[in-house]
Amino acid sequence: MKILCVCGLGQGTSLILRMNVETVLRDLGISADVENTDVSAASSMPSDYIITSNELAQTLEAASADVIVVHNYFDISEIKGALQDKIY
Amino acid sequence: MKFLEEHLVNLDVSVSSAEEAIRMAGRLLVEDDLADPRYVDAMVDSYKINGPYFVLSPQIALPHARPEDGVKEASVSFVRLKEPVVFGHAANDPVQLVFGLGASSSEEHLKLLQKLMRLLGTSSNIEKLKNAPCFSEITKLF
Repeated sequence: MKILCVCGLGQGTSLILRMNVETVLRDLGISADVENTDVSAASSMPSDYIITSNELAQTLEAASADVIVVHNYFDISEIKGALQDKIY
Repeated sequence: MKFLEEHLVNLDVSVSSAEEAIRMAGRLLVEDDLADPRYVDAMVDSYKINGPYFVLSPQIALPHARPEDGVKEASVSFVRLKEPVVFGHAANDPVQLVFGLGASSSEEHLKLLQKLMRLLGTSSNIEKLKNAPCFSEITKLF
């Protein structure tokens, strides 16, 4: 399974999201290849899931991956809930 | 690598817009010679182009740009706004705590973000950051 964590620049925000997503996946016992990138690269990168903010989700509608929206990037329980809803 | 050192922290700053808040956080990096002035413009440009996605959680923004936009050293500044301002984020507005990230491509970049995640991942710390009377109270949180 390939997961992309996406932000505007692929530098800071998406890296924070990726670290928290990796924590959640470990807790859930799901193994996945997680990468962070910027919004323009994400559309052309093959992946199963894209995790991003509501603000950028609309830009990624054309992507073939399932888009998962996270509002609070520091809230592990929100991230866990969002992943469980989509991945299970 | 510089993380919330005293001269990188400015408490109870009055601003009237999100752009002004971003510039205040960026200016602290420039004044400490951690970034070129053009980095601050790039932070604002990113906000204008990509929107307020860097409002990571309620009340907290992490404006930044790319390493090649003029960062000299991996760093994080902090501006606490006297009055919160609207960044235009659907879920996390208004913003009161602004962390300016000097993004680098070094290993230190990862370390800084981990420090920031430890600080902001503990929800009780948010209230403490909002209410700390002075810089020394903030240093107790990390």
